[in-house]
Amino acid sequence: MKIDKFWLSVLVILIAGFAFTKLADNEFYFFTTYVVLQGLIMAVAWNILGGFTGYVNFGSAGFFAVGVYTTVALNKAFGLPLPVLLLAAGVICGLLGLAAGYLTLRLKGVYFAIATLATALVLETIVNNWKFVGGAAGTYVLQPKGSFIFDNYIELLFMLMLVLAVAATAISRYLSSSRIGQGLAAIRDDEVAAECMGVPTLRLKLISTTAMGALMGIAGAPFPFFVTFVDPVSAFALVIAVNAIAMPMIGGTAVWYGPVIGALLLGAIQETATVTISSELNLLIVGVMLVLFITLAPKGIVGLIQDYKKKKGANNG
Amino acid sequence: MITLELFLNAVVAGLMLGGFYAAVALGLSITFGQLDIVNIAHPTFVILGSFVAYILNQNFGIDPVLIGVVFMPVFYLIGTTLYRVYYVSFERTGQESLSGLAFFFGLMFIIEVVLILTFGVDYRLVNAAYIGKTLHIGFLDMPFRMLVPAIAATIMTGAVVLYMTKTFMGKAIMAVSQDRLALQLMGADPIKVKRIALGIAIATASLAGALLIIIQPVEPSVGRLYIGRIFAIVVLGGMGSISGTFVAAILIGVVESFIATFYGPSWAPAVGFGILLLTLAIRPQGIFGRA
Repeated sequence: MKIDKFWLSVLVILIAGFAFTKLADNEFYFFTTYVVLQGLIMAVAWNILGGFTGYVNFGSAGFFAVGVYTTVALNKAFGLPLPVLLLAAGVICGLLGLAAGYLTLRLKGVYFAIATLATALVLETIVNNWKFVGGAAGTYVLQPKGSFIFDNYIELLFMLMLVLAVAATAISRYLSSSRIGQGLAAIRDDEVAAECMGVPTLRLKLISTTAMGALMGIAGAPFPFFVTFVDPVSAFALVIAVNAIAMPMIGGTAVWYGPVIGALLLGAIQETATVTISSELNLLIVGVMLVLFITLAPKGIVGLIQDYKKKKGANNG
Repeated sequence: MITLELFLNAVVAGLMLGGFYAAVALGLSITFGQLDIVNIAHPTFVILGSFVAYILNQNFGIDPVLIGVVFMPVFYLIGTTLYRVYYVSFERTGQESLSGLAFFFGLMFIIEVVLILTFGVDYRLVNAAYIGKTLHIGFLDMPFRMLVPAIAATIMTGAVVLYMTKTFMGKAIMAVSQDRLALQLMGADPIKVKRIALGIAIATASLAGALLIIIQPVEPSVGRLYIGRIFAIVVLGGMGSISGTFVAAILIGVVESFIATFYGPSWAPAVGFGILLLTLAIRPQGIFGRA
């Protein structure tokens, strides 16, 4: 049996990641890669709905923050271990995604996009008024003691994020290459026509919104332990929502590896800019790159490469 | 305990607040309602207007309302330029709905970050003789910092309604999203009509921004709170009906004022978004719209 190239590279990445935790001794690397990987999960999750079915979600930060505050609330109330918190965040945000999926029954196109943005802001107001998790002032979260087989907690979080990022990518790859993916693409191109041809549009949309919500929640769940201080401003940060859209748009939304390329590229640029120039400027870079790519290269980097190959093929042939 | 006095004061405060909301929603009513351009960056242009008012007021002591009016032509030019970019990149290729939306999302982010880089995240305010003074009629309190914006907003809305109903170009703007071909047969170029309309829409943000900074201190990300609010107003008002927008703005203003008075101001932002979600889910064509 031939070993799938994808799973082979997954194995290599995970082993390399583990070796990295044992070799690198500067914690800064783990902080940086954690942020990039978090962006990657968000981008891949966004693309499952936005790229595959064409429903734009502006409220990514809302899903992320619900994951964050699930951890904060459950950790404060019961002191549950991290895997349980991840699961809880996944379930709660998956249900939220499911609700968003039913919303698509009534709201198409721009109305859906605006509704997601509005939902995120309603959730932010609720958290702002929820005293138990710190309200608008925020709250401190202690990192749990013990870091499994790792030297310190940040290495554990880094490895966790790496596993989650790989899992998110695998899910997205599965969804796009299976029959589900074909159905989602049919919805993107023409929902009414797809419905008429017998594509179960509602069920497919519910699958993709639930997967998106759950992945975004899981991406947010470890965040309180990563930053150790959480307030609504950082959990609902607009930059999270903008990144979740910009990364797939820059990489290319039509294929599963588009958001991965976009996330790695944009994440690397942002982290470099934050260190070398300033953190405000890196926000500007995201905005400018997003607008440039949408206006000049709507199919993203993947589209640019495809066009280039086609041109080259035409010249040779 | 709800007294009549408190109740009536909440109504009056809501009316004034709603009048001001109309000024912010007016531009979106034109772009989203008439032109089908989903300009979610509109509140950010309003904040831009606030900062123009802040700079000129602090340096030269000019009245903020006057600054807002004087800078309308500049904002008009920004609007027409914006339409050129939008038309060439999205509308001509038929990708306006989702790519266009993401474009305005990115634009909103860029303007906000540039403002933060230039002015920081501190709250800024303007000075004028009437800010801080209050008009008392019986037991009704009407602070001038609310009253002046409400009056200015009402005048601006009235002017736009007159323009839209009395002039040829105004009627053409009202018609452009309904029937392009018929408009062309009437001798009007739809692209030019839309360019002028977006110019007018952005121009209203100049004055709306000046009014905003009279009401409250402003920092670059304040605009985000207005996204849900003004979309709620425009959708509730029946998409593009300007008088409908005005009524919906007053309605939201009064509801917010009640929530703020009786439950506390920190819940007020959720009102607009909550109403928007309900409207979208139950009656997407709005109260005043046709089915």
